[in-house]
This record gives sequence, structure tokens and C-alpha cells, in this order.
Amino acid sequence: MTSWALALFLRDLRLSVRVGGSALVGVLFFLAVVTVIPFGVGPDLNLLSRIGPAILWIGALLATLLGLDRLFQADRDDGTLDLMLMAGRPLELVVLIKCLAHWVATGLPLVVAAPLLAVFLNLEPLAMGAVTLTLLVGTPALTLIGAIGAALTVSLRRGGLLLAVLVVPLAIPVLIFGVSAADAAIHDPVPFLTPFLILCALSLIAAVIGPVASAAALRFASD
Amino acid sequence: MAFWDYANPTRFLRLVQVVLPWLTGLCVLAFAAGFYMSFFVAPEDYQQGQTVRIMYIHVPAAWLSMMCYSIMAVSSLGTLVWKHPLADVSAKAAAPIGAAFTFMSLVTGSLWGKPMWGTYWVWDARLTSVLVLLIMYLGLMTLWRTMDDPIKAGKAAAILTLVGALNLPIIKFSVDWWNTLHQPASVMRMDGPTIHPDILWPLLVMAIAFTLLFFVLHLMAMRNEILRRRVRTLRLRAATSAHPRSATATAQPAE
Repeated sequence: MTSWALALFLRDLRLSVRVGGSALVGVLFFLAVVTVIPFGVGPDLNLLSRIGPAILWIGALLATLLGLDRLFQADRDDGTLDLMLMAGRPLELVVLIKCLAHWVATGLPLVVAAPLLAVFLNLEPLAMGAVTLTLLVGTPALTLIGAIGAALTVSLRRGGLLLAVLVVPLAIPVLIFGVSAADAAIHDPVPFLTPFLILCALSLIAAVIGPVASAAALRFASD
Repeated sequence: MAFWDYANPTRFLRLVQVVLPWLTGLCVLAFAAGFYMSFFVAPEDYQQGQTVRIMYIHVPAAWLSMMCYSIMAVSSLGTLVWKHPLADVSAKAAAPIGAAFTFMSLVTGSLWGKPMWGTYWVWDARLTSVLVLLIMYLGLMTLWRTMDDPIKAGKAAAILTLVGALNLPIIKFSVDWWNTLHQPASVMRMDGPTIHPDILWPLLVMAIAFTLLFFVLHLMAMRNEILRRRVRTLRLRAATSAHPRSATATAQPAE
């Protein structure tokens, strides 16, 4: 079982980082969003360090949303998705592996870039670590929830915008607990661990709901 | 079993034809009684004055906005689990009505909030989760509109509805958390004074009237949707027989 899973994982990873995959554009977009914020709210460093975790989280959410339409679309266009459906492997597992590869290609670079971008926002080392840690735990949930939207809109020509509208309400809890955990680490009116553990729980819930719902949607979209 | 008897659209349409006039009449009566009670019988609030009467529209609309989503979730189960042919019609017909009730409760709420709280909008936990509910309704309606084939659209929307139904409690919980974290001093709520029977009775009558209104509109919308699908099928068939050579091209659902 592991061999085909690993092969699928490596294939998806390779496709998304090579030419035409445009996985790393997400990081550039993340940088662009963070660069634009000070023009909107002003260059006040105190203000920026206060809202810094929120900016990083919103930037990560937007960057994730932007890359999601590639998750199943390319495979559907060239017929790979039909082969995967007919291969007899559990489709939920296939979706989970594809999401994992997609996260490694698009989500993990965001997490790695977060400490660097935190410097621009005048975050202290502790806050930097907290934001990076919450992003590391929370961005998989964004990808997995987004997979539902990607699977539902896979047959549409221009699904990207609709996908974002469908996914954003479902991603609100992740955003809330990600930002709360990061804020709690800095200001500590509440313990850091409570929202952080809830964030972990949300990721785990998303790891169940996301693949099951997306697999169902892909099956219905194909016939 | 009655549930399966009405899987046949024609039989369902016949039932609607019988039930709808009675239901409409009941709805009008309930609204007449409810409006009379809430405008003339119910007393003014000692603090809020006449504006308390907004509550008789606002609260039933808010209740209905949640009931409507529950009905959509049950219908989606019907689509995916039992493959009941009318379930996706029911879910599709309920979505715009639910969105309208949600919108109504938001508008009346903010009109009520202006004299009471001094602002049209606060990021209160309850208001925020209703706003999220409205976005979900609109997203579902958009998903239905973007897909050509009603069966496929119904299945896709059913999945999204069920995921939303699982997520709504989580969203509600997290918004409550977020709000208590950011605004320790919460805004004034109407659950301060316990509800007096003079206010409660008109409210209950209005709630019944709103529920009846929902079922009248829902049945009408379902009937329209069934007829719309029949027209669509007839058109497809006519197009196929007019151009027999391109028949395969038209019969396939366009992407």
C-alpha cells in the first residue's frame, strides 16, 4: 500500500514544483500581501507588531485559497483523475495524499517564509515563533477544507472565485484559533495552549471531513 | 409509507394543489392575528419604547433562518443517502427563502441596534455567526447556478450543505470564543429582562405565522422547480429531435 501512496505523493510534489506547477508563486503572493498592508494601515511599527500575527494569517489564508484550484483541476483536464477513480484505491486516501503533497508544495513554503515576513512586521522572536508554529499546525486544515471546495468546483471552467467564496466561511474557525493562539503567546491574558490545542483539533477534524467530502464530490462530478 | 409515495413528482404536485390553499389561508390568518397582537395588544417596553416591536419580526426571522438550514441539511441527507427524487428540489427551493429570512433578521437587527446600541453593526458573536450563515446560503445558491445539470448540482450542493451543517456549530463556538477574547464587555442583550407573557404570546403567534409562510413559499418554490425541470427536459428533447445528427452533443451535460 505504501508504495503507491509514496509514488502518488512524489508525482504530485514533482508536478507542483516544476515548470507550470506554480506552487512557489504562493510565497511571492504572501510577500506581496504583507508588503501591501503597511501602505493601507500606515508604517507605525507598534501598530504593525500588534496586528502582525493577524496579517500573516490572513496572508497565508489568501495564498492558500489562490493555489487551491490547481489541486484537482489539472488532473481532471488530462484525464488522470478518471484513472485514479477507476484504479480501485480508496479515493479518500488518494485525496488525503494529494492534499498532503499540495500542502508540502504550497503550505510549507508559507510556514518557512513566515519568520522572515514577521521581521517586516516588527514581531518579537517569541511572537515570530508562535505565529510560525500556529501556521505549521493550521495551514494543513486550510488545505484540507479547501479540498472540499476544489472538488466541488472541479468541473467548472472558472471555479477559482466560487471556490474562495465557498471555503472562506468554513475556514473562519481556523483563522480565529490561529490568531488567538499567536496573540495569547504575546499578551498572555489566556494560556497559549488552549487555543493551540483547539487549532490542532480543527486540523484533525479537517483531515477527516475534507477527504471524505471531497472524495464524494469527485465521484459525483465524474459520472 | 407516505414519504416514498410522494417521490413521484406528479403525485406530489397533486398534493401541493390540495394543501396549498389551506396553508395560505392559515398563514394569512396567523399573520393577521400576529400583527394585531404585536402592534396593538403587546405593551411598549419600559426601556425600549416602541422599538421593541421590531422584535416580532426580527426574532421569528432569525429562528426561521436556522430552521431553513436544518431542513436543507435533512434534504441533503435525503439526496445522498436515500436518493429521494424530491430531496434536492426541496433543498434548492429552501436556499433562497433561508437567505431572505437571514437577510431580514440582519436588517431588522441593525435597524433595532441603531436606537438601542447607538450603532447599526457590532461584531457581536451572534451577529457575526448570522452573517456567516448568510454567506453560506449565498455560496450554496451560487453553486447551484453555476452547474447546468440539476442532478449533479444537487449532489454537489448536498455535500456542501452537510459539510456546512457539521461546521456551523464549530463556527458558532469559535465566534463566541473570539468575541469574548476581543470584547470582554459584551453589548446589551435582550435577555436581560425576563420575557413577560404579554410579549411572549405575540412573539409565538408571529413565529407560527413565519413558519407557515416558510412552508407556503417552500411548497410554491418546489412546485416551480419541478415544472422548470420538466420544461428543461422538454426543451432538450425538442432540440434533440430537431437536430438528430447533433443529438449526442446536446444530450450530454455541458460543462
